[in-house]
Amino acid sequence: MAQSMAGPMVPAHYHVKKIKKETFDTFTIDLVPETRGEFTFAAGQFNMLYVFGIGEVPISISGDPALPATITHTVRSVGTVTNVMRTLKRGDGLGVRGPFGSAWPIQEATGNDVVIVAGGIGLAPLRPAMYEVLAQRQKFSNVALLYGTRSPADILFEDEIKKWRGHFDLDINITVDRATGGWYGNVGVVPTMIPKTPFDPAQTVAMICGPEIMIRFSVMALRERGVPDNKIFVSMERNMKCAVGFCGHCQFGPHFICKDGPVFRYSDIRHLFDIREV
Amino acid sequence: MSQQETDLEQLNVFDLSGFAKLITLLQEKGYTTVGPTVEEGAIVYDEIDSIEDLPIGLTDEQAGGKYELRKRNDHALFGYVVGPHSWKKFLNPAGLRLWQARRNGRSFEVLEQEAPAPSYAFIGARACELNAIAIQDRVFLKGSFVDSDYAGRRQNIFVVAVNCGQAGGTCFCDSMNAGPKAKSGYDLVLTEIKAQKRNLFVVEAGSEAGANLLHEVPHEPATEKQMARVSEVVSDAVAQMGRQLDTRDLQSLLYRNSGNGRWNEVAERCLACANCTMVCPTCFCSTVEDTTDLTGEHAERWRLWDSCFTQEFSYVHGGSVRSSISARYRQWITHKLASWVDQFGSSGCVGCGRCITWCPVGIDITEEIAALREADSGLSSILRTEEKE
Repeated sequence: MAQSMAGPMVPAHYHVKKIKKETFDTFTIDLVPETRGEFTFAAGQFNMLYVFGIGEVPISISGDPALPATITHTVRSVGTVTNVMRTLKRGDGLGVRGPFGSAWPIQEATGNDVVIVAGGIGLAPLRPAMYEVLAQRQKFSNVALLYGTRSPADILFEDEIKKWRGHFDLDINITVDRATGGWYGNVGVVPTMIPKTPFDPAQTVAMICGPEIMIRFSVMALRERGVPDNKIFVSMERNMKCAVGFCGHCQFGPHFICKDGPVFRYSDIRHLFDIREV
Repeated sequence: MSQQETDLEQLNVFDLSGFAKLITLLQEKGYTTVGPTVEEGAIVYDEIDSIEDLPIGLTDEQAGGKYELRKRNDHALFGYVVGPHSWKKFLNPAGLRLWQARRNGRSFEVLEQEAPAPSYAFIGARACELNAIAIQDRVFLKGSFVDSDYAGRRQNIFVVAVNCGQAGGTCFCDSMNAGPKAKSGYDLVLTEIKAQKRNLFVVEAGSEAGANLLHEVPHEPATEKQMARVSEVVSDAVAQMGRQLDTRDLQSLLYRNSGNGRWNEVAERCLACANCTMVCPTCFCSTVEDTTDLTGEHAERWRLWDSCFTQEFSYVHGGSVRSSISARYRQWITHKLASWVDQFGSSGCVGCGRCITWCPVGIDITEEIAALREADSGLSSILRTEEKE
């Protein structure tokens, strides 16, 4: 735990081990603790990353839970903090609080088909789940990854996805909203791939992360296939300032995304999807 | 009975000089005494040196969007209800530096915590406010994380509570089962009674610390008549409650009415000014600000009170989740009265009436619930008729 004894709002010291450009607006940053120690986390959890003097942002962990020596985050630079973060160099300091939140139901998925549905940067918090499933592949039946981005240039972890595609026991499907020159793959939004994917709806655990609209339609498509609501898991996003349940910003109905989520069983939050501006 | 026999059950009495002595003793023990005092035409909570600083002989008239101080025809020390401040300003300050750090090469170091937590003696906390403190305790101390700053301040306080002898025009603590009699959460509780034109205070200890302090204050056992006055004073206050809120089935009433047209109606009046959340003794939402000085060598993190009524509050990349005022008002009242129960095991409302009094347009939480209840019963009767047909 990078939780300081001085209080849950004080970050622990880490420094950049490696920073790698993923796409034109995303990068992956590997961090190591200043003092000796390991960082253990569960797939689906997130950290609060602090850039000195600039600010702090919630970022999900995108690395392998089995490799606790470094923590890896994949970040989209869209604001002040993430824009500065992308300019950091190897050896630069950074503050970390975490890990926070709930995890993907890897245990519960054992013995079932696994359908991982990701949109855009939503693949980042699902990659640790992919690693865990791959590490014990024999424990699951069919495993499918359905991943969609706006354009081919937005596809994350391309080399890794190509490697996964080489596995005979993985069903990896990529789609883009808009094709550009040189793209001969699927065109269309992620939910349209769900009807074509081989899985047994009665024996499936689905995990979804992406824009809320994409979650909404993916859930609809999964339900259409007959996957029960309590076997669908979604990762939600709201404004977040503290990550420890004090600031009130991340409330989603009665839930705090920071401590009750971000991963929720869909059947527990289904009613909230019917309320506008909740 | 000698003073040494003072125990937690015994009711005792002291007069103004006893009360003055109590405040001096607290100060001698290192407490900063804070309590009601008049500032800019309102009774606020601030540092007080002696009982002279209390709003002696004053009362407050309160209604929706209205607050006015008036002279009483006596010299009561606690002849008013609650003002715009609550004790959360001391336990969970409006602006608080969480830590500071300085640049250290290509990294930074967080500096050692400086001052120890202050020790406050709260003079004149009301029953609704003690309940509000207990509610914030559940937020900051009883969850999976403990707010260390709040914990430090909280464990240092000494509470001198006062039972309310009158209720204000916007009070409804009785409906929320949060007053007007203080039941727990105090070290000493006073009930102000008048006897032959003298101010007398019936005092009861609620803790070991309270009982010990009382030993040092000249007092005598309360007479039966004086003890009887305590319950009379409190029942007088109950009889004067300016508002009431029907709490039956409140949680599901709010949950099943998230789409009710009433939210648009209240949004036409609501200015989204956030006053209600600032004066509310239980509202705890905050924002975090990270800053640096001009040299960029020194950084600080501050926590500031925030409000769910602002547009920025629910901002995520791309826009605000609750962009309409109706969604924000619905969020506030639904959280306060319904989802709070799911989150912390109790309602988030203590019926102090501040949100009604300090709303510039007089929006009334009790009226909104009554209206929602009426709209709901209208709706359910239509549904019932449809079912029959």
